[in-house]
Amino acid sequence: MTTVEAATTEVPLQINGRRHVVVLEPRVSLLDALREHLDLTGSKKGCDQGTCGSCTVWIDGRRVLACLTLAAAASGHEIVTIEGLADGDQLHPMQRAFIEYDAFQCGYCTSGQIMSAVKVIEEGNAGTDEDIGEFMSGNICRCAAYPNIRAAIRHVRDAAGGRS
Amino acid sequence: MRPLTYSRAGDVQHAIALATANPASAFLAGGTTEVDLIRAGISQSEHLVDINELPLREVEDQPDGGLRIGALARMSDVARTPSVVERYPAISRALLLGASEQLRNMASMGGNLRQRTRCAYLRDGVSPCNKREPGSGCAALDGFNRGHAILGTSEHCIATHPSDVAVALAAFDAVIRTVGPDGERAIPFDDFFLLPGDTPHLEHPIAPGELIVGIDVPGAPIARGSIYLKFRDRQSYEFALVSVAAAIEVDDSLVTGVRIAMGGVGTKPWRARRAEAALVGRPANETSFRHAAAAELAEAVVREHNAFKVELAQRAMVRGLVHSLNRSQS
Repeated sequence: MTTVEAATTEVPLQINGRRHVVVLEPRVSLLDALREHLDLTGSKKGCDQGTCGSCTVWIDGRRVLACLTLAAAASGHEIVTIEGLADGDQLHPMQRAFIEYDAFQCGYCTSGQIMSAVKVIEEGNAGTDEDIGEFMSGNICRCAAYPNIRAAIRHVRDAAGGRS
Repeated sequence: MRPLTYSRAGDVQHAIALATANPASAFLAGGTTEVDLIRAGISQSEHLVDINELPLREVEDQPDGGLRIGALARMSDVARTPSVVERYPAISRALLLGASEQLRNMASMGGNLRQRTRCAYLRDGVSPCNKREPGSGCAALDGFNRGHAILGTSEHCIATHPSDVAVALAAFDAVIRTVGPDGERAIPFDDFFLLPGDTPHLEHPIAPGELIVGIDVPGAPIARGSIYLKFRDRQSYEFALVSVAAAIEVDDSLVTGVRIAMGGVGTKPWRARRAEAALVGRPANETSFRHAAAAELAEAVVREHNAFKVELAQRAMVRGLVHSLNRSQS
């Protein structure tokens, strides 16, 4: 078996308002960079093929999948992960709602659900339960906590000042 | 995932030069197909040319009332562009019914057209597959072929093209603009997707280093009343078993113009020209629609598990025509 010495490069990444420089091969996904190189393990690896949504993060304010994003390609862009959501010790309203409405069982998909849920409201796609179902469909919950996830989203939507 | 090299292109010519310099290059746009297929060992790309900084994200009005959609425009952005929503509602709807919002935020329009089939036998990396390994055979022919194509197939491949938006673009005679080492080209939509025939591994008439820069959609007043319907095994985030893009124009109860294209049934986004020809000049009613749908599906070739698509496709087409008729009269 031959070992290929792969070239690594310094990749600057702007994550949760902080600049990091990681030394990576170009094949490394943003998800692996977060989890394996930066100890930001809140973003989860479920399928690693863009199906489950548990790696959902924000890049330049839009929700995307970190598993299908190469870290090198994310350089120069503003990345927000679940670790960047709370304001110090103050949880984000969506994080509080997920606790209040028991919107998870095993919790593995939860960070991805929350990162999507915040955006669903911002995007104006949380008007009805049907809309929430449609626009949250990229986040799979194996425990099927969907009714509680919808309840958490409704709560934040309504607290934010009526239907978006 | 095997090692890769990576470079960022500053402009179109730079991108083409970078890709041409290494024959094992692929362009990296949204990455939703390419990164997935490299990781799965299906794409043989060794070098990625990141084209995301190229200025190809706009949707521009054209003098004929049509649109020029930049190849790097994201699916979610195009779906919500007012000119698309107003003039080509089927394009907007098809985009919103594809994938998930995270993927739509990533995936580019050019990449959407070049995405590869979701046939599990291509993607498993081991089954006989004439797309992945020419001459190895097709495991889908006698395998689990419930999702596979019934139109445009060959004895070498029955894989469907998975795109939704390509179906709507097919209905409106979109043109794919490319720039390559030999200059610019404008490729009619139907010519951009090759039927499998004896060479299922050849999917597009694209040269190495040739880059899609945009999609031109000609002006088409008929498209303002267009619809897109999608039928699938679950309500969201699933590929079509059958889908239909349709638009109809009627004068004095007779069909004067009609556009129909189908997804989920063809080896390429399927423009239903036989059905269209059967409808023009006929009364705009369900009897005509059923006759036209039957004409389109007359040459369907079914396998063990996908025979249901013949009936489903006809019903979908009839329903699509009824919906677009109602819309054109409202």
